[in-house]
Order: sequence, then C-alpha cells, then structure tokens
Amino acid sequence: MTRYSVFAVAREALRWHSGWERAWKSPAPKKKYDVVIVGAGGHGLATAYYLGKNHGIRNVAVIEKGWLGGGNTGRNTTIIRSNYLQDPSAAIYEKARSLYENLSQDLNYNVMFSPRGLLMLAQTHHEVRGYRRTVYANNLQGVTTEWIEPAKVKELVPIMNIEGPRYPVLGALYQARGGTARHDAVAWGYARACSAMGMDIIQQCEVTGVRTLNGQVQGIDTTRGAIDCAKLAIVVAGHSSVLAEMSGFRLPIESMALQALVSEPIKPCMDVVVMANTVHGYMSQSDKGEMVIGGGTDGFNNYTQRGSWQHVEETTRALIETFPMLSRLKMLRQWGGIVDMTGDRSPILSKTSVGGIFVNCGWGTGGFKAIPGSGWAMAELVAKGEPGPLAAEFGLDRFKEGRFIDESVAAGVAH
Amino acid sequence: MLTLTCPHCGIRAEETELSPGGEAHLKRYGPGDSDEQFEAYMFARKNPKGVHFERWRHAYGCGKWFLAARCTATLEVFGTYPAQVSAPPEPIIEAIRARRPGWEAGQ
Ligand SMILES: Cc1cc2nc3c(=O)[nH]c(=O)nc-3n(C[C@H](O)[C@H](O)[C@H](O)COP(=O)(O)OP(=O)(O)OC[C@H]3O[C@@H](n4cnc5c(N)ncnc54)[C@H](O)[C@@H]3O)c2cc1C
Ligand SMILES: [Zn+2]
Repeated sequence: MTRYSVFAVAREALRWHSGWERAWKSPAPKKKYDVVIVGAGGHGLATAYYLGKNHGIRNVAVIEKGWLGGGNTGRNTTIIRSNYLQDPSAAIYEKARSLYENLSQDLNYNVMFSPRGLLMLAQTHHEVRGYRRTVYANNLQGVTTEWIEPAKVKELVPIMNIEGPRYPVLGALYQARGGTARHDAVAWGYARACSAMGMDIIQQCEVTGVRTLNGQVQGIDTTRGAIDCAKLAIVVAGHSSVLAEMSGFRLPIESMALQALVSEPIKPCMDVVVMANTVHGYMSQSDKGEMVIGGGTDGFNNYTQRGSWQHVEETTRALIETFPMLSRLKMLRQWGGIVDMTGDRSPILSKTSVGGIFVNCGWGTGGFKAIPGSGWAMAELVAKGEPGPLAAEFGLDRFKEGRFIDESVAAGVAH
Repeated sequence: MLTLTCPHCGIRAEETELSPGGEAHLKRYGPGDSDEQFEAYMFARKNPKGVHFERWRHAYGCGKWFLAARCTATLEVFGTYPAQVSAPPEPIIEAIRARRPGWEAGQ
C-alpha cells in the first residue's frame, strides 16, 4: 500500500496520476480462514482491522453480499457522540469517539472527523431533568458534557427559534467534542488498511448457510462456494436474525426501517449537530451544504430499505417549528436502512450457543458513532474467545438475567 | 404505505391509523417455566425476512387488536384475521402458499 501524503500527491501530480493503486484488492475466496467475518459494514471491517492490529490475526476474510459500506454504514446521518447514560455504554461509545479523534492518522485515510459540537435539545421539563441527570452521569464517567441554557443554545445555533409555541427550547445537553465524520470514508479507510494487512475483502458474495458440527462452527456456504473457518463473526446489522436462523439460534432483535433525507445545498448556516428528541428529528449540515435530516423508525418488521411518506412529513413538520428557515428548502433525496433493534436499545457483542460463532449487532439506530470502539471490543472477543472489559456487559446473557443496559432514554430518537 | 383491512370493522386502514404490536402467536411462559423458555417468550424473535405473522391494533379506528400475515421483504399483505386464535387460519395459510409456493407453515 502506498501511503497517502502530501509528497504522494506532489509525485503523482508530476506523472499524470498514473501511480495510484487500488485502495483494496478484490481476491477470490480461499478455502479456509482463521476468522471469517460476515458483513463489510463499518463494524465488520473495524473488527477485522483490530484483529490484525491488536491481536496479530491476519488470516481473515470479510464477506459482503453487496458492496462494502453499502448497508447502514453508507446510509446513516453520521452523528458521533458518547453522552449515553449507563456506564457500560459510556465506556464503549467514548472509546469509539476517542478513537475517531485520530482515526484519519491511524488509517492514513481522511475520514473527515469533524468534532463540531453536538446539542441534544430539552423541549419539555421532563427532558430538562433527564439531560441534567445525563450530564452528572457523564461527568462521573469521564465523558465531557455540559448543560447549557437557552441563550447559549441560541448563540451556538442562530437559525433556531427557541421560543417555539409548542416546544420552546429550555436548554440542551452539549457535547463539544461530538460531531460527524464521512460515513463511507470510515468503511473505505478500514477496508484499505485491512487489505494492506493481507486480509481478503470479498464483495458480491452472499452467505447462504452456516455449517456446524456438534455445536461447533465449521464454515459457511456462499454464492461463491463453501469457505471453512475456525471462528465466525456475524456483523450484519439488519440481517442478524437471518444469519442467526442459519446458525440455529434466535436473537432478541427486530429489523425495522429507519430513514433520512437531505435538502438542496445551501450556504453554511449551522456548524453544530442538533438533536431534538421530543419532536423526533435531528439535523446537521454536510460539507456540501445539504441539511442532513433524520427522524424515527417505522414500528414494524421490515427489510425493504425504503422509507415512508408519513415519516418524512412527521420529521420535517417537527423540525420546521424549531428551524423556520427550513420551510423554504427543497428536499433532494430520501433513503432508508434496516436497523437491528434490541429491547434495551443497547448493542449485543457476544458469544453464542454455537462454539466459535460470535455476534455483533443490535446497534440499531445509533451504531455509526460506535464503529471503532465496537471493532476494538469485538476483535478482543473473537481473538480471546471471551469478552474484554468493553464488551463484558453486552452479552446475550443479559436478556435471560434481566440485566439490561437501558438506553431508551439516552437513545431517545434515532441517530 | 402499508394498508391493512381491519377484520373487525372492515375498514381498509393505512399505516398511520394503526399501531404495530410485534410478532403474533407467541407461546406464553411464566412462573414455573425455565429461564430459557421465559427468555425466549420475552425476547427471542423470528424476525424473518419473508412471511411474518404479527399483531396490529386499529388504534385510530375501532381500537381492537387483530393479526396480519405479511411479507417483510416486499411489504405484500397476505391477509388479516381476528386475534382470538392461536395459529393462523387455513385461508391465510392458503393465501400465503399461493404467493410463496416453497413456504412451509411453522417457518
Ligand atoms: C437512516 C439512518 C440514520 C442513522 N444515523 C446514525 C447516526 O447519525 N449516528 C450513528 O451513530 N448511527 C446512525 N445510524 C445507525 C448506523 O448506521 C448503524 O448502526 C451502523 O452503520 C451499523 O453498521 P454495521 O457495520 O453493523 O452494519 P451495515 O453497515 O448495515 O453492514 C452490514 C453488512 O452486512 C451485509 N450482509 C447482510 N447479510 C449478508 C449475508 N447473508 N452475506 C454477506 N453479507 C451480508 C450487508 O450487505 C451490509 O453491508 C443510522 C442508520 C440509518 C439507517
Ligand atoms: Zn377496526
């Protein structure tokens, strides 16, 4: 892999850019790998990367039915934050956020991490109490957040109407080092680094079956033939239940559509991320100038990767009260992704009832922010066969034991 | 937009008039059963990519619960039926088989 640098740009400029290599290779699958990872989204690729980097396991394949980053990783609104409520969540999300800070340098790939600051608006008294509590919890956890008053909100976001008749802004939970990153660059950067370590990223290859013998994984069947493996990591977000069915177990997951939309590009008008959980909407401005808008999930099981009209209407209607200028914007595009929802709105990083099979799923509406931390923790789980401190609380056992990590309040709305 | 016919009042209701209630025909477990059975009842879900039996409430209509058979991969609706049954009735099964020849009940 040639490193990207200012010198490389200068060198290539002098020879008509003829020397750039492909960012990753597209090899044919081998017969056997030490570890096979299903799903080349951010979480699958980050798992592969830290398996190689932290644990020296490089005989790894990442199998993807479509194109890498084409699932939720390439469909999300890219909000990064770690202001969750419970200690295990704070640990893994803050690990992820702090890894994002240097991810471009680590991967030698510009993921455009932009810690521009993030506001979660309190628009009811209930939310004021909830977010003040979150600030106290965050401060104990070592996550820097603060409570800010409406005047400060207005100063940070001049285009906001804080006196809305129905839901006035009563303050906000502010995380100054929250922000956004370029979603596909995260997938591409990890893929390039994995490929450089000699790992195989195999796209256009759907896993159609999981082979087990005496409760131990043997390998997988794919549209490009059978592949044997000693360990299998299932990291397929909305398709987790489908892979679980192939492996012979069930998960506490339901797949639902979550959608987002972007406006026509306009001049810079908002340089922070705003989430408004009461009215179910969140928004940031992309580098291209589009207002990136997301709302809530559909409530029913769905695999169609489409949105629905009433949610577009609900989301924009809600945001227009708080951002009156939005009413003049045309919406350019709208799309959906299939998110993997758990009952406690927390992820699952776990061993399973089949030896050698591990799952990483349940990130639901909010897993983009977690990609580096999740990959870090998952690599440790797969390499050692037991969870390390970051993953320990996120096992499947918690559903049997009633030991939930309840983030339904902190997750609030989809993001 | 998803449209389901309420089997109680006969109205063709669209999504915004209905509340989804998750997987139908779950077997209830409770005191005296094993932890595994209770966990499976509470949390483990089929969540299939394909034919799904599910609960709905005609929330902004007659207010009653009913069940629907629907394909989660295409949003095609095979039929709806009252909730007072523990398994999908035969006409619903036939409607699914007509559209999904390889499909097995119990899947
Ligand atoms: C509209 C929307 C907005 C969102 N906004 C945010 C946000 O602002 N902030 C945030 O933190 N999170 C957000 N999320 C959530 C976030 O996108 C996801 O949690 C995260 O991207 C999940 O990554 P993943 O790698 O687990 O899954 P994915 O990126 O979905 O990757 C899974 C991959 O598995 C592949 N696959 C599935 N089945 C098979 C098979 N049988 N064989 C081979 N491959 C298979 C799929 O093709 C897919 O590429 C949002 C999600 C959506 C849909
Ligand atoms: Zn009715």
